[in-house]
Amino acid sequence: MLLFSVLSGIIVACLVPFLFKFGRKPASIIISMVPLSLFLYYLFNFGITDNLGYSESIEFFPALGVNLNFVMDSYALIFALIITGIGTAVFFYSSYYLAEHPYLDRFYIYISIFMASMLGIVTSDNMVIMFIFWELTSISSFLLIGFKHREEKSRYSAWQALLVTGSGALALLAGILLLYVITGKMNFSEINAMPGIIQSSTLFLPAMFLVLGGAFTKSAQMPFHFWLPNAMEAPTPVSAYLHSATMVKAGIYLMARINPAFQGAIEWETTLTIFGGITMLFAAYMALKQTDLKRILAYTTLSVLGTLTLLIGIGTPLAMQAMLVYLIAHALYKGTLFLVAGAIDHGTGTRNIDEIGGLRKFMPITAVAATLAAFSMAGVLPLFGFIGKELLYEAALQPNLFGYTTFAIVFLAALFGVVAAGMSAIFPFFGQAKYPNSKPHEASFTMYSGYVITAFLGLLFGLLPMIVSDNVAKAVSDIYYNLPVAVSSSMYLALWHGFNLVLFLSLATLALGIVILMFRKKLFAIIRKINLPEYLLPSKGYDMSISILIASARLTTKVLQNGYLRNYITLILITLLILTSYSLFTFSDLSVISLYHPVTIYEIIIAAIITISTILVVKSSGRLQAVAALGVVGIFVAVVFSIYGAPDLAMTQYSIETLTVILFVLVIYKLPKFMHYSKFSHRMQDFFLASAVGLTMTILILMVTANEMPTEFKEYYGKTSYLLGKGRNIVNVILVDYRALDTLGEIVVLSLAALGVFALLKLKKDDRGFE
Amino acid sequence: MKSIILQTATRYLLPMLLLFSFFLLFRGHNSPGGGFVGGLVASAAYALYSIAFGVEEAKKLLRIEPVYLIATGLMLALFSGMIAFFSFDTFMTAKWSDLNFPLFGKLGTPLLFDLGVYIVVIGITLKILFTISEEVKP
Amino acid sequence: MTLLLAIVTGILFTAGFYLVLRRSLVKVIFGLMFLGHAANLLIFNIGRLTKGAPAFILEGNQTAVEPYAEPIPQALILTAIVIGFGVQAFAIVLFKKAYQMIGSDDINSLKSTDRIA
Repeated sequence: MLLFSVLSGIIVACLVPFLFKFGRKPASIIISMVPLSLFLYYLFNFGITDNLGYSESIEFFPALGVNLNFVMDSYALIFALIITGIGTAVFFYSSYYLAEHPYLDRFYIYISIFMASMLGIVTSDNMVIMFIFWELTSISSFLLIGFKHREEKSRYSAWQALLVTGSGALALLAGILLLYVITGKMNFSEINAMPGIIQSSTLFLPAMFLVLGGAFTKSAQMPFHFWLPNAMEAPTPVSAYLHSATMVKAGIYLMARINPAFQGAIEWETTLTIFGGITMLFAAYMALKQTDLKRILAYTTLSVLGTLTLLIGIGTPLAMQAMLVYLIAHALYKGTLFLVAGAIDHGTGTRNIDEIGGLRKFMPITAVAATLAAFSMAGVLPLFGFIGKELLYEAALQPNLFGYTTFAIVFLAALFGVVAAGMSAIFPFFGQAKYPNSKPHEASFTMYSGYVITAFLGLLFGLLPMIVSDNVAKAVSDIYYNLPVAVSSSMYLALWHGFNLVLFLSLATLALGIVILMFRKKLFAIIRKINLPEYLLPSKGYDMSISILIASARLTTKVLQNGYLRNYITLILITLLILTSYSLFTFSDLSVISLYHPVTIYEIIIAAIITISTILVVKSSGRLQAVAALGVVGIFVAVVFSIYGAPDLAMTQYSIETLTVILFVLVIYKLPKFMHYSKFSHRMQDFFLASAVGLTMTILILMVTANEMPTEFKEYYGKTSYLLGKGRNIVNVILVDYRALDTLGEIVVLSLAALGVFALLKLKKDDRGFE
Repeated sequence: MKSIILQTATRYLLPMLLLFSFFLLFRGHNSPGGGFVGGLVASAAYALYSIAFGVEEAKKLLRIEPVYLIATGLMLALFSGMIAFFSFDTFMTAKWSDLNFPLFGKLGTPLLFDLGVYIVVIGITLKILFTISEEVKP
Repeated sequence: MTLLLAIVTGILFTAGFYLVLRRSLVKVIFGLMFLGHAANLLIFNIGRLTKGAPAFILEGNQTAVEPYAEPIPQALILTAIVIGFGVQAFAIVLFKKAYQMIGSDDINSLKSTDRIA
């Protein structure tokens, strides 16, 4: 059932075209019911009943340890609920937001596949299976970013996202395989139980950095962050779903999931803290430079991703708890804000924050949701974001590798967070009314219901944190190696911790943020003027490597694919010659070849006839003569088969020779006469090359036959073909029984050849623009 | 190519060759033969007929468009592999009936598979020959 | 015979590659056919030659009794022969079509379609 629930998105994607036959509106509503029912399923079946640690397993490729193992633990449940919950809001929202879009059906296909693969990532216990889902999210993200594929910029961004996350995924695969080499295990649950073995291995650092390569590209850490702001080309619901609430958290998910195996290693904590910290600060600064609402939100998402990475890097149970709370809070408020941004875009026609203001008169419901989300983002008191920020400060104040520097960075980033919250969600709705075109309008019920609910959940969780407290504590023990029970049971969330340092710091952040917002005009003017030198930006490096790649592809194609068949074949033959003769003369002993083989007179005659006919074909000047001589070669090859115990082959060869002759008779006069185009020097050159290859082949055969032939297979078939295959002709039993799947493939190839002949001949000249 | 001798001979050869091809097909499991050879012999018979009487006559005699033969053969081969599903075995597991038939010996899914191969081979050979000779004629 | 057949195979490979390197389309087709024969004989020879003893289980026996020929290469070659025919037919038709369109059977005149900027 768990497996089915994970894959249901893919099943739905297959049904979308048929559902759309009933009309766009009903179809989109029906499809939107899927994430909703999944959400309820996960909530009631796992969340409320506490049925956690439930697993399902199906053997897939046991020989390599790759099996469909799915586990639903507390940590996975948090993600599963975010994925399906935000998914529900997004699916409903899109049915209105993209109602007029001609490719609405495609949109639902892509996003359903995405949802399924995201659920796959968080529930797979097997690392290879998780990797497959990981790749699927990259692909569906590519399709969704490039959704407006007629625009150059969309295509560019889609490619960028795919290439960056795709190459990271390759690193991740290598990392998974290295972990397999170290431990011999393929499941997270097994790997996480042996941190000692992993961290003492010489392959530990390569494995760790490769895994991080995957996680950092996916979660857009510096210096791989640049694809995320560009991914804002996607339709807004996609940005809300993939590029803020779920997909970009896959990297965070992975880092925490594999944390027990790496936990305690100084390299692991240092790397995560440094990269997380840099990403956090850089993104917060970049957010202030933007004017596009969606780009501001993208950079604040980046900043949060940095925070989450940093928290995993700090690595204490408290930091893990903070990470989870911050993650849930972020999914709720950022999902809301993106959907609100879409509603503003829909209602006013612009997303430029300089052009809008005071929209609360026109969009009151949206304004309430946006305010709640902004308060959560800024960490204002009764909201869930406040709890997140308190925990964040507490975790950063704990003793860690970088001392108070960590706290300073966290504090700065949180301060920027307050400012960004004001810019993106407060000022568009308050102050003087300002809008570019016609009167803005409120979003429809299908649109706002989703984000209103997510916004109020932020308030609800803030007021009643015990709803999530228990599950978060359990999730911490899922991602922390050997968490003492006492620590786990003492973890609870509360809104009010009394008057202490952390509360004071929180209030200071808020106050300072408000002060900055008051002087924002001047500050923004300065910040927008400071530009980093272009060559320092990692995205320049991306552009450069892409153009180098294309240029080198062009160059190699130009050199290798020069249009002369003769050159290609010559190159292949020379390579073959060099490689074969190199290994023949260095690794093997040519003296094993025995030149003594008993030969009878008729064998010499057969060999002579084949040789003479071959020479005749090569030397002949007439086509008919060549066809006849070629037929003789074929017939005598068949004779060889029949002498040496292969009557089936002989019969097949005879019939084929007959058919070949008929074929040639039919077309021979349509074919051009034999012409001598090549120069004499070319002919000599080719002759020597071909002879050298021929000689190598002869030596190769003699080398192979001089060695002992392994007999296991022959014996196996000889023993079982009558008893198991019920046939006395072993060759036929192999063809139709033991290796029938191969034969099936071969007759399919044959059928394609026949269809190819048909298609080629029926293709009329003028169909292709010739003549 | 109208030759009385060839035409007369072909009239007798065709049924004999077809019969021979069936013989090759069905005894293939125990003696030389099988679907590939049988199919080739059968298509050689039709090719001979088309040389003697022309392609149009050969097509008329065959009655079925060769592409349908290809499709039928492939489906048959695929289906023979799927019979194993009925007893929850993996694809292509051979199933045999316990009865012994005169002439064929035991009947089983590999024989059905070979029949599929036989039909595919006839289909592709004739499709190729007919297409090419049609292209050449007009 | 192993030695003799190995030499014959070498000759067939030589002829095949020599013809494939020619510029005339028809010769290339003949070259492909030679290569097919050569490859089949190569596999056949490497599977060891067993004179006059096909891979059969004789009437009255439950298992095969030595000597009998190695069955696996035979199964490979059998399908290779038939597929070779399909490839041959396709190549002939392809070249014939190319000849019709380009008006020449010189392979070098086909290179315009391969050129990149």
